[in-house]
Amino acid sequence: MKLTLRIWRQKDAKSAGRFVTYPIDNISPNCSFLEMLDILNEELIGKNEDPVVFDHDCREGICGMCSLYINGRPHGPDDAVTACQLHMRKFRDGDTIIIEPWRARPFPVIKDLMVDRSAFDKIIQEGGYVSVNTGGAAEANNILVGKEFAELAMDAAACIGCGACVAACKNASAMLFVSAKISQFALLPQGQVEAKQRVKKMVKMMDELGFGNCTNTYACEAECPKLISRSNIARMNREFLCAKVS
Amino acid sequence: MNSSFLRFSSITKKIWMAFLGLFLMIFLVVHLGINLCLLRNDDGAWFSAAAHFMGTNYIVKVFEIGLFAGFILHVLFGIILQVQNWMARPVRYMVTNKTYTPFLSKYMIYTGGIVLVFLIIHFMNFYFIKLGWVANPNLAPDGEPKFYVIARELFRSPAYSILYILMFIVLGFHLNQAFQAAWQTLGVNHPRYNSFIGRFGTFYAIIVPLGFIIIPVYFLLIR
Repeated sequence: MKLTLRIWRQKDAKSAGRFVTYPIDNISPNCSFLEMLDILNEELIGKNEDPVVFDHDCREGICGMCSLYINGRPHGPDDAVTACQLHMRKFRDGDTIIIEPWRARPFPVIKDLMVDRSAFDKIIQEGGYVSVNTGGAAEANNILVGKEFAELAMDAAACIGCGACVAACKNASAMLFVSAKISQFALLPQGQVEAKQRVKKMVKMMDELGFGNCTNTYACEAECPKLISRSNIARMNREFLCAKVS
Repeated sequence: MNSSFLRFSSITKKIWMAFLGLFLMIFLVVHLGINLCLLRNDDGAWFSAAAHFMGTNYIVKVFEIGLFAGFILHVLFGIILQVQNWMARPVRYMVTNKTYTPFLSKYMIYTGGIVLVFLIIHFMNFYFIKLGWVANPNLAPDGEPKFYVIARELFRSPAYSILYILMFIVLGFHLNQAFQAAWQTLGVNHPRYNSFIGRFGTFYAIIVPLGFIIIPVYFLLIR
């Protein structure tokens, strides 16, 4: 495949960025998107140029490090996959591919396509855990959990925190991420002890960090590589309302 | 009730928006009921009686305060949320987002803004006359505005009627998104009810604006 890449290049967080065009040839349709960028970077290094910086880690779609906004969609034109699981066969020979970093005030660009997503860590630090000391590992059947709730909690826990929800949302809202992290505990008895405190503190931090507000366009759900449901946002709203009025 | 309820977080503002929006949707049905009286061939007797009742009944006047407060807060929260949303992405994407979203769901602030502009025109034509803020020659001997005459003359104007019809089409799109969004914001999302909420919202968003649209069409083409 022969492609034209237009990539956001930015020297560091303080410098102004710009798009740079790179023609690239001999790309296999079976290449992953990140492998295609690796090939580009090898060419750039060979020419003694600065390689394109982008986040990646597991390349198996489970770590949540990919953060590429490709041709107007987070993680590119395929559904329910991260950019590392996107293959070049989803593009046509001769295509121009525009690659941008996630854009959101709480996700500042560090360099090129790499953004600082520690804002998510700050939200988790406000209560995205269970801090009840239980001593040794408890007998699993001591606290019975209905299968329906266990499944829903597991679905919410599938969130890998990649930030595609923020990137896709026209408001740069983090509601899907925060709601998934709240739901995974709200659905289980172990999460009930700190439930009210958790939802209030995590929402407060989300607001303080400058994420936008949800306007129910559900772009987050449409682009989530782990298919996190908008029902988690409704659950978080319920949890928040109950925590505030009780 | 915890006093912190009054500290407006993003979700608190949204919950208020949703409650107030649903309240306004109930009011819209009452307004439609009164407006449909214009279709009776009784020289405005029913419509005038309804307008007189709404303008003089003390219980209605109390509700009127709640209605205006609700409306102003709905608009205010909407503007605050939107400004925060714009601030949340100071650097825009070069490529416009291509993610699938429900029709016009991204443009609620704009459809809402169009409705607000029309409402200001509407107030100048009716409500501000009642308050005496805007002069109008169509006054009864006791000083009460002849709302039937005012409405009839406005609807006989093609320009006003077309504006009125277009505005209600825009309002229909606003309501179609707003109804299901309000329930989602209030935490009502369940596979058993989602389909009903979506269909009822669409039904309401078609029937209610259509009811309003029939009136100028009737005055333009039939009377």
